[in-house]
Amino acid sequence: MSDHEKNQRIIRLTAAEIAGKIASGELTAVEVTEAHLARTGAVDEKVHAYLHLDREGALAQARAVDEKRARGEKLGPLAGVPLALKDIFTTTDMPTTVGSKILEGWIAPYDSTVTRKLKAADVVILGKTNMDEFAMGSSTENSAYGPTGNPWDLTRIPGGSGGGSSAALASFQAPLAMGTDTGGSIRQPAAVTGTVGVKPTYGGVSRYGMVAFSSSLDQGGPCARTVLDAALLHEAIAGHDPLDSTSIDAPVPPVVEAARNGSVAGMRVGVVKQFRGEGYQAGVLQRFDESVALLKELGAEIVELDCPSFTLGLSAYYLIAPSECSSNLARFDAMRYGLRVGDDGTRSAEDVTALTREAGFGAEVKRRIILGTYALSSGYYDAYYGSAQKVRTLITREFQQAFDQVDVIVSPTTPTTAFPIGERVDDPMAMYLMDLCTIPSNLAGNAAMSLPCGLAPEDNLPVGLQIIAPATKDDRLYKVGAAVEAAFVERWGHPLLEEAPSL
Amino acid sequence: MTVTTDLVSYDEALESYDPVMGLEVHVELGTRTKMFCGCSTELGAEPNSQTCPTCLGLPGSLPVVNATGVESAIKIGLALHCEIAEWCRFARKNYFYPDMPKNFQTSQYDEPIAFDGYLDVQLEDGEVFRVEIERAHMEEDTGKSTHVGGATGRIHGASHSLLDYNRAGIPLIEIVTKPIEGAGERAPEVARAYVAELRELIKALGVSEARMDKGQMRCDVNLSLRPNGTTEFGTRSETKNVNSLRSVERAARFEIQRHAAVLSTGGTIVQETRHFHEEDGSTTSGRIKDNAEDYRYFPEPDLVPVAPPREWVEELRTGLPEQPLARRNRLREEWGVGAHDMQSILNAGAIDPIVATIEAGAPADQARKWWMGELARHANETGRPLDALPITPEQVARVTALVAAGDLNDKLARQVIEGVLAGEGTPDEVVDKRGLKVVSDEGALTTAVEEAIAANPGIADKIRGGKVQAAGALVGAVMKATRGQADAARVKELILAQLGVEG
Repeated sequence: MSDHEKNQRIIRLTAAEIAGKIASGELTAVEVTEAHLARTGAVDEKVHAYLHLDREGALAQARAVDEKRARGEKLGPLAGVPLALKDIFTTTDMPTTVGSKILEGWIAPYDSTVTRKLKAADVVILGKTNMDEFAMGSSTENSAYGPTGNPWDLTRIPGGSGGGSSAALASFQAPLAMGTDTGGSIRQPAAVTGTVGVKPTYGGVSRYGMVAFSSSLDQGGPCARTVLDAALLHEAIAGHDPLDSTSIDAPVPPVVEAARNGSVAGMRVGVVKQFRGEGYQAGVLQRFDESVALLKELGAEIVELDCPSFTLGLSAYYLIAPSECSSNLARFDAMRYGLRVGDDGTRSAEDVTALTREAGFGAEVKRRIILGTYALSSGYYDAYYGSAQKVRTLITREFQQAFDQVDVIVSPTTPTTAFPIGERVDDPMAMYLMDLCTIPSNLAGNAAMSLPCGLAPEDNLPVGLQIIAPATKDDRLYKVGAAVEAAFVERWGHPLLEEAPSL
Repeated sequence: MTVTTDLVSYDEALESYDPVMGLEVHVELGTRTKMFCGCSTELGAEPNSQTCPTCLGLPGSLPVVNATGVESAIKIGLALHCEIAEWCRFARKNYFYPDMPKNFQTSQYDEPIAFDGYLDVQLEDGEVFRVEIERAHMEEDTGKSTHVGGATGRIHGASHSLLDYNRAGIPLIEIVTKPIEGAGERAPEVARAYVAELRELIKALGVSEARMDKGQMRCDVNLSLRPNGTTEFGTRSETKNVNSLRSVERAARFEIQRHAAVLSTGGTIVQETRHFHEEDGSTTSGRIKDNAEDYRYFPEPDLVPVAPPREWVEELRTGLPEQPLARRNRLREEWGVGAHDMQSILNAGAIDPIVATIEAGAPADQARKWWMGELARHANETGRPLDALPITPEQVARVTALVAAGDLNDKLARQVIEGVLAGEGTPDEVVDKRGLKVVSDEGALTTAVEEAIAANPGIADKIRGGKVQAAGALVGAVMKATRGQADAARVKELILAQLGVEG
């Protein structure tokens, strides 16, 4: 078998398989890392998943894993497995740009808690992935460093904001990736690339070192090609962090165990009336309905739910998230780090701050800062931010009532499949609609997953099925997800991603 | 500063107008670490050496509340007879300034930890005035800007500014009074007495050293006038950072005179902040607040609400020290001093040192004598507060014990104190090193007495003739010969015995 053939086989392995083969000695971590780096060398010019690749660091990390094994030390469940890290998590050994010019080249003096946990788990971090600037967007077109292509069709978007991470997975440049989800930035990219993405319960994964967009909504989570891989990564990064006051001080839900024991038999599964209708692509609804039928076949009871406030979710989100971001992004003032424009020795600090923010932030970031600044101003606060918080409370309450009746809720992850790059850049509202089904979970702070449920017949592009579980019941996502995944793979005869073009 | 301001005389102002004041005092807590991170709060360190990602506002960093800070805030609230909130949140106060790392201050807005209290203050003549407290809330301090190159040290005319973030994030409690009405001509005195009493209270609670000269306690004086006999408040000015007790009184007085001058000529007061000038006690216009700055407050999403359990609050209430005013009245009786003397002792900052010296075994009058005499003089000369002198109450008590035992006389005791202050060691060490023992060697004394008699035959004759009071001259000669180290009473006895006269 040639090196190329061997590499081709390695990059199609799941994270669980890779870890097993490294542990058994069948593969070395260095071989695995090299295979993925070679893949990136071959395809990423076209895909543009990475903003920064850390060859040396990754190989050094891989060597350390191999040495550990050689010394007879026990390896963790993800030791030696490569991962693509969204460029929103701080790293001391690579730049952290958040897809923005304002942080171009910035190297953080500290690792995020997620980065620290990944390193502690001997995960090999290959590089940092592209994203919409400050995670604001649904297509990765808002990256200051250019768009990322969807491996299913490079002229289309890979979702956003975590399009770099989803594209890295779908193009087999990494078996694992990290994302963050404020309004759908993990689940929506997963849906449109035929991969798996999980937004854990708010507070499940530490936000320390995750550059903030909207503090009350942001949540880091795992991205992978299989439900089990996502669970393994979930377990590695989750848990209480004393450095994040909003992190949950309780044991991590048994996600891996759930992923290994997929079943929906006897479960009550809710279908929300409001998650369909105008704006939903026919092929998306077709695959969703098939998924519901499948759940029934697998032994679940389907319950129709009415959640009228969910239709207000998008509006509430676009007041709360911009409000918080207007404050979170105020720190980028050219005084301490990042870009500094116009400091010619004559201009005032105020002018330098203004010139830097003008040059350093992209249009969407500015739009949201302006929106948020307006929504928080005195005289408008009650009408905008205040009302949005009330909607948030209503949505949370409707979820609670729903979860009194069902164990999980399912919906399409996105109303449509991946759209062409450039199609919606001038129509923010059309862009925002991509997050219609994902936003309610961010507002309520519960847990949600997207996994592939087929290709839309009209465009042969992946469709995502969203599963939503109550807060802290993240394990249910994996139990249901694993069952659905197994049934679909059996039906299709292979994982969906095998149908993706070879690039 | 050559700004001339029209003033009317104080008495004239009060003839027509009634002052209303509001005092805002910021107290830097003496916690070991900052309000939202683990950095040291020690003063005087190298600039920017006590910083971390959180207090520098680096991307991705998050705050964690300092529990001791909350405890101190509750203690202050309780001591001010306030209600303690059962549930309250932090809020972000948004505005741009380079010394504020996040460009928002984490503070409290409409949910302060303590509210609705009062503080009784005693004026010079013993009258007690009740100042109502609106609220006390927690917040963080900003960094410190040093403007370089300008003549005034202000930003105007400066070529550049230096930023030190060591202070950024130090816990502050802001204590706001309700409008202080009815003080009339005594308003400036009330202002001073309030700040003084508050300082005593803070010190007694042990939550801060409350040193105004070190910026640990800073006062803003808000003042307005209304025509006598009316009830509606006039437009106020806000004099910022008035940082000594004397200045508080002067600032209030100046503003009364200035407002009266404006109003009496038919002018209107501009709502603005004003700078206070220590040199001449004047204020000058700062920032105009006509379109009141919009801080876009909203609840801090990075922190969870503070909900102090009632049992804890009650436990803290039980542990409160005696109110300083009540304590002073008690000590006044115990020490047998008048109101005026007690005021001097308070003003000198001598209460605690005297109490501690008495506790260490010194008689009350001796303790008072040393702290209000020799030591107060030394403190004045060196520009230090009493409790910062390099001598402990125990050492002062030891000196008084040595005097009481006859080992030192007053003059020698002063030299011992001088030695201790000069860093020569403990009182006993200074006695040893300087050889300051009272000469009690009878042989040496007898020789000195004989020499003195021999050298002054005329005086000796007078004494022999019954003029006992003439012995003073001979005592002086002996003291001179022994360089002051003799016990004068014993010398006199010996002289009289030598000359055969009954004392």
